[in-house]
Amino acid sequence: MKKYKIMGLFANFGEAFNVIKDVGEGKLKGASIDDITTKSPIEHPEIDEVLGPRKSHVPKFTLCGAIFGITFGFLFLAAAQANFLVQPQGGKAVIPIPSNIVLTYEMMILFAVLSTVAGFMITARMFTKRSPLYSEKVGVDQIGIIIDLDDSNLEAAKELLKSHQVLEIREEVVK
Amino acid sequence: MKDINEDIKWAQINKDVLRSMENPRRGYWIALIACVAMIACAVAAEIYQYQYGMGTANLNWPHMWDLYIATFIFWIGMSHSGTLLSAILHIIHADWRKPIYRFAEAMTTFSLMTAGLFPMIHLGRVWNLYWVLPYVTDRGIWPNFRSPLVWDAFAISTYLTSSAIFLFIGMIPDLAICRDNARGWRKKLYTALSLGWRGDDRQWRNFRRTYLVMACFLIPLAVSVHSIVSSDFAMSIMPGWHITTFPPYFVAGALYSGCAAIITLFVLLRYFFRFEEYMTISVLEKTCKLTFAIAMVWTYLNLIEFASVWYGHDVPSKEVLMDKFVGPYAPYFWVMIFCGSVMPFAFAFRKLRRHIPSMFVLSIILNLGMWLERWMIVTPTLSLGYHPIAFDTMWPSMIQWAIVFGSFGWFGMLFLVFVKVFPSVSMYEVKEMVYHRRGLAGKDPDAVLHSRTGSDDRPSSSSSGGGGSPGGGTPAPGLEGA
Repeated sequence: MKKYKIMGLFANFGEAFNVIKDVGEGKLKGASIDDITTKSPIEHPEIDEVLGPRKSHVPKFTLCGAIFGITFGFLFLAAAQANFLVQPQGGKAVIPIPSNIVLTYEMMILFAVLSTVAGFMITARMFTKRSPLYSEKVGVDQIGIIIDLDDSNLEAAKELLKSHQVLEIREEVVK
Repeated sequence: MKDINEDIKWAQINKDVLRSMENPRRGYWIALIACVAMIACAVAAEIYQYQYGMGTANLNWPHMWDLYIATFIFWIGMSHSGTLLSAILHIIHADWRKPIYRFAEAMTTFSLMTAGLFPMIHLGRVWNLYWVLPYVTDRGIWPNFRSPLVWDAFAISTYLTSSAIFLFIGMIPDLAICRDNARGWRKKLYTALSLGWRGDDRQWRNFRRTYLVMACFLIPLAVSVHSIVSSDFAMSIMPGWHITTFPPYFVAGALYSGCAAIITLFVLLRYFFRFEEYMTISVLEKTCKLTFAIAMVWTYLNLIEFASVWYGHDVPSKEVLMDKFVGPYAPYFWVMIFCGSVMPFAFAFRKLRRHIPSMFVLSIILNLGMWLERWMIVTPTLSLGYHPIAFDTMWPSMIQWAIVFGSFGWFGMLFLVFVKVFPSVSMYEVKEMVYHRRGLAGKDPDAVLHSRTGSDDRPSSSSSGGGGSPGGGTPAPGLEGA
């Protein structure tokens, strides 16, 4: 049995959301809400409402980066300052905590930001192999709904898309 | 008046912004040539200074810091409004920022790059530049981690890295649009930089979260950076510098000069790229109001600084303050007060706020005031320290002036090249703004935003093994790669 990806392009966002709702309500056999991917020209919180809760794990990367930044930052400074033991300290602390707090704070932010970006690249799958189902109109003013299904449900899916004023339908054989 | 025309079509937004990268007004090229000429001036001065030593800049004890350090602080300050305001306005959902935040963030990055030149120039021996970098060494350099100068190096490099990443991350969806419409070298550039963005829900979801998290980190970072720069002065024991209000005073001054610079660049970009539809008078007016509010905070902190010195009864500090009022630098001090505290009242007049040439001139006057503020922090204190033997009035040489002048050309050139190669208005955010404003106005957001109407709406079906070129629609004009 062949697996397909089918993409419908819509100019009307409301109609596109209705397609997602219909799939979610089981009106298309062999496909569930998890089989849907949307491509949109704007950041669309409404899509999340229709698709249901899909978590972003970026903040976990941020937290790890911030903790690493604090730890590494302080140890980095302390390691550098420990070299100073060969110099006369004149009563001053070898590892001065107040000034290290300032620098550790900067390192925390730096590593938090870097790991946030790394987290974004990984969780958004920025470097994964692309599906050829893409239209540059998604960057202009249309929304694309992509449904993963098998060939027995292909025609039904096309009918569903057409019933919601789809502008264009494309399909791709996955395997 | 509306912040943006709600009925503008999304395809038109793409078309207008992409066209701006192809076809600026002649003024753009004149400005670019002027910037290159200014850089040439500074390079000549720097070569002369390099050849004959720092004495040619009139830098000598006790005046080891002068225009170079004052201008360094000025550029660091200038960098604050871009990222900081963008982040704050993003978090509080002030959507009028959307047409202007991109160039404001670029301004941050290029201001920091300009500021970074001054420690090198100030060093004199530029081949020892790497000595200022905070790295662990056993070669006998012994960086003093208690010194705010080392904190500066940490803070500014962190801020530059984070701001540049913030700018880049925010541009990814727009770079994908550029990729889809470009040819030649531009296509290759945008393909690499857009990192394979396809606008799917997973990417948007993580993008949104990433941008928000970064905004949250950049706000305290920006505040810390200028606080640390102020520590270069406040943690010394020099009269006129050892003042506890310096960190907030510096941050307010930074925001002030940055906001004024946003107005200047707003007017220039609006003219160069015909952005009248996006950089509207209403958005300019909001920026002016914000600048006025910050100007009043700065004025208040200035007065508090004077009061704390006056009532502190530290005689040398009082003498420095009086010297600013009536001494050899008094004309510059009063021009600073006039430009920084009196001129902003022009923002109180609605007619003026909406008059673009007046706002352009005013924004430059405000930044002149802010630059003088930095000079008046650095130089009067050094001319009147604790030891009468060191009392000295110093005027910068033409070498210093030429390098300072050239730094504006350097910033201008970087900025102008950026706005020509990358979209200076965020296309996807302006689309969001239009979409949500239509919804708020009770209109159907979908009704007119899309270009496909009438016969083009007929469903079509095609089997495709690849993305291919879509039929119909109104694709934006292609960007020439050559």
